[in-house]
Amino acid sequence: MLSFIARRLGLLIPTFFGVTLLTFALIRLIPGDPVEVMMGERRVDPEMHAQAMERLGLNKPLYAQYFDYIGQLASGNLGESLRSRESVWKEFLTLFPATVELALAALLFAGTLGVIAGVIAALKRGSLFDHGVMGISLTGYSMPIFWWGLLLIMFFSVGLGWTPVSGRIDLLYDIPPVTGFMLIDTLLSEEQGAFVDALHHLILPAIVLGTIPLAVIARMTRSAMLEVLREDYIRTARAKGLSPTRVVFVHGLRNALIPVLTVFGLQVGALLAGAVLTETIFSWPGIGKWLIEAIGARDYPVVQNGILLIACLVILVNFTVDILYGLANPRIRHQK
Amino acid sequence: MRMSPLCRALLTAGLLTSASFAHANNLVYCSEGSPGGFDPGQYTTGTDFDAASETIFNRLAEFERGGTKAQPALATSWDISEDGLTYTFHLREGVKFHSTDYFKPTRDFNADDVLFTYQRMLDSNHPFRQAYPSEFPYFTDMGLDKNIASIEKTDDMTVVFTLNAVDAAFVQNLAMNFAAVHSAEYADLLLKAGKAAEINQKPIGTGPFVFSRYQKDAVIRFKGNTQYWAPEQVKIDNLIFSINTDASVRAQKLRAGECHITLNPRPADLQGLQADKDLAVPTEPGYNVGYIAYNVTRAPFDQREVRQALDMAVNKAAIIDAVYQGAGQLAVNGMPPTQWSYDESIKDAAYDPEKAKELLKAAGVKEGTEITLWAMPVQRPYNPNARLMAEMLQNDWAKIGIKARIVSYEWGEYIKRAHAGEHDAMLIGWTGDNGDPDNWLGTLYGCASVDGNNFSKWCDSEYDKLVVAAKRVTDQEQRSELYRQAQVVLKREVPITPIAHSTVYQPMRTSVKGFQISPFGRNSFIGVSNN
Amino acid sequence: MTVTSLDQSLLYPSPLKEFWQAFSHNKGAVCGLGFMLLMVFCALFAPWVAPHHPSEQYRDFLLTPPVWLEGGQWRFLLGTDELGRDLLSRLIHGARLSLLIGLASVVLSLIPGILLGLVAGFFPRLLGPGIMRLMDIMLALPSLLLAVAIVAILGPGLINTIFAIAIVSLPSYVRLTRAAVMGELNRDYVTAAQLAGASLPRLMFFTVLPNCMAPLIVQATLSFSSAILDAAALGFLGLGVQPPTPEWGTMLASARDYIERAWWVVSLPGLAILLSVLAINLMGDGLRDALDPKLKNAI
Repeated sequence: MLSFIARRLGLLIPTFFGVTLLTFALIRLIPGDPVEVMMGERRVDPEMHAQAMERLGLNKPLYAQYFDYIGQLASGNLGESLRSRESVWKEFLTLFPATVELALAALLFAGTLGVIAGVIAALKRGSLFDHGVMGISLTGYSMPIFWWGLLLIMFFSVGLGWTPVSGRIDLLYDIPPVTGFMLIDTLLSEEQGAFVDALHHLILPAIVLGTIPLAVIARMTRSAMLEVLREDYIRTARAKGLSPTRVVFVHGLRNALIPVLTVFGLQVGALLAGAVLTETIFSWPGIGKWLIEAIGARDYPVVQNGILLIACLVILVNFTVDILYGLANPRIRHQK
Repeated sequence: MRMSPLCRALLTAGLLTSASFAHANNLVYCSEGSPGGFDPGQYTTGTDFDAASETIFNRLAEFERGGTKAQPALATSWDISEDGLTYTFHLREGVKFHSTDYFKPTRDFNADDVLFTYQRMLDSNHPFRQAYPSEFPYFTDMGLDKNIASIEKTDDMTVVFTLNAVDAAFVQNLAMNFAAVHSAEYADLLLKAGKAAEINQKPIGTGPFVFSRYQKDAVIRFKGNTQYWAPEQVKIDNLIFSINTDASVRAQKLRAGECHITLNPRPADLQGLQADKDLAVPTEPGYNVGYIAYNVTRAPFDQREVRQALDMAVNKAAIIDAVYQGAGQLAVNGMPPTQWSYDESIKDAAYDPEKAKELLKAAGVKEGTEITLWAMPVQRPYNPNARLMAEMLQNDWAKIGIKARIVSYEWGEYIKRAHAGEHDAMLIGWTGDNGDPDNWLGTLYGCASVDGNNFSKWCDSEYDKLVVAAKRVTDQEQRSELYRQAQVVLKREVPITPIAHSTVYQPMRTSVKGFQISPFGRNSFIGVSNN
Repeated sequence: MTVTSLDQSLLYPSPLKEFWQAFSHNKGAVCGLGFMLLMVFCALFAPWVAPHHPSEQYRDFLLTPPVWLEGGQWRFLLGTDELGRDLLSRLIHGARLSLLIGLASVVLSLIPGILLGLVAGFFPRLLGPGIMRLMDIMLALPSLLLAVAIVAILGPGLINTIFAIAIVSLPSYVRLTRAAVMGELNRDYVTAAQLAGASLPRLMFFTVLPNCMAPLIVQATLSFSSAILDAAALGFLGLGVQPPTPEWGTMLASARDYIERAWWVVSLPGLAILLSVLAINLMGDGLRDALDPKLKNAI
């Protein structure tokens, strides 16, 4: 097992360097430079432009810039944003919790509802409910979520006034950012009602972001459950006279959830992509919006290292899923 | 430890579903985006200036609220020498810098602060700039780096600026947002601590609001400055910027009462906002112009008749209806009517596709000639939807046999390629900087800016003589006359087709009192209250 | 040669017939197919089907509501947009674009994907690891961000949108092909072909590839639908197909300002996206059941 993990870890190193090279190349292939973007329709003074490019180290040859970049990374420095001149790491840390909070809420919503719907659909295979769940989940899977988000805002926020339009909390609450997770920070602060308000703000974005994972999880749970219910040990358990609930939830669901959990892992990449759109629609101060705006402003260090951080996250999650898979399935472990 | 607030929150959950706030003196402003930072000299956009320059800082002179005239601020008065080259500023006594948890001032504002502010922008070897390298693009853009010969203090409360050449708009330029006055004492402290970069993150100024906290893409918090030198002007205890990049979201938040005032509504949202009885939507004619620039260095636009033909084929009224949704004023000249020296007597060419066809025929332009029409990808104050406008122009010009292909690049790229002159016709515009006519007629259409903001690449000697002469005299009557003549030439030669001056709308809750719309598009909360 | 009458029941059913039987068993898939056929028809004959030209601006009829609402007109069945263009006509022409984007990007990523996958599968020591690492790198970046970056490089537009989507969906084909190839390589029939002296290209394309097609076809339908979604998302972020081209996502983005005044300009393009993606996914389900029973019930 250890050699398996070591082999997998070994594979991560070239991937990591590949990602640095890719992000470095991508951002430099994009036409335009940060100084020009900032000046808009104003004149760019050539002297000032040259000065700025020198300060930013952008006048060096590309390979030198790349080595600078790798050198920086090696010393644990992620550089500073060209626009705000704040360290990229610090900006990431202030924005990342917002994305994580949103993603976790979405997964929680998708996981709970998806598993319940999937299990019931499997138990009542072929029933109206089953067809309904399958139909709805395929629709959810086909949903353009930016459109879905707009519709929900129009209906619930603007039309009915049930949920706030955007943001993470009513700004009249002055919540000091301790952890960056609004739900936790509101609890730590003594402000009355702030926690509920934050929860209120989280609902709609979480539903929008959770829609596709919900569909995937519901379908996955249903099929995994169907498979498990055919297994011998379920029949044995039934034959032993265990109560149906016990059979389903203790023996069935536990085993059915293994493939579902791996789907959870695979959804991380999809969630981050969805977060870009969701954050745009709900003015949610997370990393998706941050990166899209940084690409627009040609903020090289932010794009480079922001994408790098996300890539590392995805790689890490995939790695963990791989290992778990290996643990569960010896055949994979011994494969070259 | 952690359980008790949790329990309390859960208990209150049932009681408080939506919080009600009785605080009278909070103001939430839905702003457009995250500022780059809080050192205004380094930045160029309204978003940066609203968040720092207008709140935390003051300048020597400042524009009057709701106007374009410069009036005393940190300088109480100034004298100009006979030759127009020496400016002596007398500074205001008893002005206090902000006292925060990261800085406690030991002295009042004086000449050293002014010296620090300007020397840092002028001198690339300034010690502070060595420690924290930065550029000052706006300062450079206005030509101040070249034109200021020296700055000296004659006593603690007097500063003398000497110029290389007469600049009629000098005081106006110092009133611009980038010229925010920093504290020299704070800068020294930062320098000694090796934390010069914090000037951009932890600002100290003399302005009406004190910086409290900033969370990127979410919120900026300010406290009212209780020690402000004009205390009656500070009527808000907590000023909160809620950052929302999307205009429709801002409008929705305003209607839901999640913020009290916002800016730049989309024309499409206006009807709904105006119909809401809890909202007021004051409006002012915009200090901007959106126009089509014809690249006169490329055929067929090197012929005046062709430019005239395209000009008269544009159905401006329809554009103002659809693109500006009525929130625009038909533009005739290359600058807005609110600018002094605007020539009212000039008339627009009538919309006449038939005559345009004839002109094209006479100029030998074949039917079906293809041109490129550039449309910027972003919403600008002078043009809410360039792509939509381009689609309409495409339609208009198709009627006279010109096939326009719409071209769009990412914003920075757009400008860069336009500077290089790759376009045939392009949509562009301008918002006034300093209230001076030269900022339009010289900056946008003069020979000196052919490689810069003169997107028509148009250099007409008759026109250029007039604008250059006007910049070098200080008498306003005389200048007005020269600028009026220049506008006649501009209209005759048609290097541009002015389309519209977009009207500025500033939607706010009716509880907000005392807000005045700035012609420059700034959002200043001095003198504003919210009950 | 004499013609003898054969007992029909002794014959193998033709593969096509067998496929159709399995496919038509799935009601949803048939519905999806029906909708797709309608879309293809609209796309092919858009200029004749659409009642108006998609870019014709009826400036006296800005934001006319659909016919069943108050103020609607029979002339504009689904109403008009912010420039007075007929929405139905734009949607019909949009179907053309969506299908084009889906088809082109699938073809553009399927072909190199299969090639790379075959190479990686056939040379597991030499080229395989390199190719797979490259795909890992691409997979590490969230697809939408990668697509945004590619479009930022190439510039927005129809062709570049197709390229961006094709590049982003490449890794899944490569991985799928390689996995399938690895599975087939140990089979007896491959060994037999090898022993019979089949050349490498023959082995790759004629012996092994046909046996790997089932999951690839399923994946192609899935990525067809996600291509439409991605194109719409790019259009929504203002980076996709540029107006006035009636691409659904772009239409939705430019109409977004009018959501409160004229819900139809936002809702209808979105609905068009949803329905077409749903139809393709339904079809994909049916195809999977019919082609690859092993995968049945998996997502």
